Amino acid sequence: MAGHVEQSEPSSSDQVRVREAEIWTCLQGVTDPELDESVTELNFVTRVDVGPDNRVHIEFRLPTYWCAANFSFLMADDMRRAVGALDWVEGVSVVLGEHMYADKINAGLAEGLSFQETFGAEADGSLDDLRQTFLVKAFQRRQAALLSHLAAMGLPPEMVVALPLAELESLSGDDEGGKLVRRYIERRAVVGPVHPDAFAFVDADGARLKAEKLSTYVSGLRRVGVNAEFNSALCRGLLSVRFDLETPFVPKSKTPLNAPESQHVP
Amino acid sequence: MYTTAKGEEIFVIDGHTHFWDGSPANQKNIHGKQFIECFYAYHSNLSPPSEKWEKDKFEKYDAKTMFDDLFVTGYDDMAILQPTYLTDFYKNGFNTTERNSALKKSHPDRFILNGAFDPRDGNKGLEDLHALSEKHKLKGVKLYTAEWRGESKGYKLTDKASYKYLEAAQKLGIKNIHVHKGPTIIPLNRDAFDVADVDDVATSFQDLNFIVEHCGLPRLDDFCWIATQETNVYAGLAVALPFIHSRPGYFAHVISELLFWVGPDKILYGSDYGIWTPKWLIDKFMAFEIPDDITKETGSVLSMETKTKILGLNAARLYGIDVEAQKKKIRAGGGYAHLPEAVHAPR
Repeated sequence: MAGHVEQSEPSSSDQVRVREAEIWTCLQGVTDPELDESVTELNFVTRVDVGPDNRVHIEFRLPTYWCAANFSFLMADDMRRAVGALDWVEGVSVVLGEHMYADKINAGLAEGLSFQETFGAEADGSLDDLRQTFLVKAFQRRQAALLSHLAAMGLPPEMVVALPLAELESLSGDDEGGKLVRRYIERRAVVGPVHPDAFAFVDADGARLKAEKLSTYVSGLRRVGVNAEFNSALCRGLLSVRFDLETPFVPKSKTPLNAPESQHVP
Repeated sequence: MYTTAKGEEIFVIDGHTHFWDGSPANQKNIHGKQFIECFYAYHSNLSPPSEKWEKDKFEKYDAKTMFDDLFVTGYDDMAILQPTYLTDFYKNGFNTTERNSALKKSHPDRFILNGAFDPRDGNKGLEDLHALSEKHKLKGVKLYTAEWRGESKGYKLTDKASYKYLEAAQKLGIKNIHVHKGPTIIPLNRDAFDVADVDDVATSFQDLNFIVEHCGLPRLDDFCWIATQETNVYAGLAVALPFIHSRPGYFAHVISELLFWVGPDKILYGSDYGIWTPKWLIDKFMAFEIPDDITKETGSVLSMETKTKILGLNAARLYGIDVEAQKKKIRAGGGYAHLPEAVHAPR
């Protein structure tokens, strides 16, 4: 916990703690786009501080020095947006550590720049397409998991493809199946408009699924889930080698990794 | 050579090996340090505890260590040396064709020496490729598309310059293009790991084989999809295979998908030495069976025939290796002297 907390009045220190907890909860909703898992569950977020002025400071790190700049920026940007949307928050700073583009990304984030503005000539547009690509993959993975579950429950394909969204929503209980339903519905809007009468299950282009081809369709999606789960296992493993997960933000290698500016490749 | 309990001999070609120098003395900057550290993290994370190396050894090992790990302790019969230059990160390069060629020279029957090119090197690079090919009779090249070169952080196979180089490779008889994706392809807002450019060049260069290293990971899903469309796209197993120890369930899923989409004739074993070593990888691979529930889902089975193809026959086909003739050569050179009599005795 940060030093200023101890110096504050007990009541305000309690409030800081409550607010920090609120930020952690909020960050649970931010995902790594490639893995479709929460940045907090992945152990990426190492520090959350709430200042007396209600300014929030967040630090995070990634499994390798080489993790792609675009995804790194996306996660930072999503954290900034999610936390900034809380009504009491007066400002958010997000800092990425131990990364090939850390200086650049942190400078861009501090100035509130877009990815394009941060990277200039190294980018040729926004991250919107990339974001959409991985939201669709997340949708597909969540859909495949739910469709497999419904098939295992014995729901016939004819009923699955005809199910209206409202009816699917009514199935979102606390059990395993209910969680799959909730996770799926969270991403359903990625591929087409959602209204109660809309078909619950459509493909990535928003087209209705066909009962007779349902099992082939699910087999096709399966590889998306296999890929994400494999990557997640790899990322978690690499992170655990690189950092001591119990004491965040301390690299395991003995010598400091932060190089002076002059050492960067010209 | 791997010998089964029944005495069947399996000829092993390791599709992906390195003879690198990542030592601090050779590091040019922080990136060189971070590059070998990232490799070491892969090594540490996925190796069984008994197979973990000290950092010093990992940074730089000698030729004898490598030979023993591959061919004496390990089951490799032959190994393909895949260069990775990284001259912006390492003073003498990380793992150049030149450095690898010393191994090939000492053990010509054991190694297949691959070259490399970088389409950003212009006409000079084309001349160098000609010279390299002539000198070493190259049959394959390894391309690392995320290599940093001055201001540039990488290239795509669909770049105009890449086409020129691929045309040159085709003329020179370099049939096998090993592609390794990395995280820094420009423009940075796009997905650097996207394998769509492989799809494009595989269609344009039907006579070349494209071996996508690490089976397209972290984009296995997209890779599987393009590999079904193209007859000349192959999957290198390096990085996926070591999961067989720490996460056998994930490996089962990955190999099932590869068998389902890519097929048993287009998957190549590779240890990625020195990140991992052949002995334990192949022991585990030979003992491995895809669990019933996954086979039920995908129909994929890892039969003995399929294992034999993945471990050696597929690479032999791509590199024109006559397995029986090669065995004879290796045996004549005393290469199987460490194996039980039944295996190394002339017949």
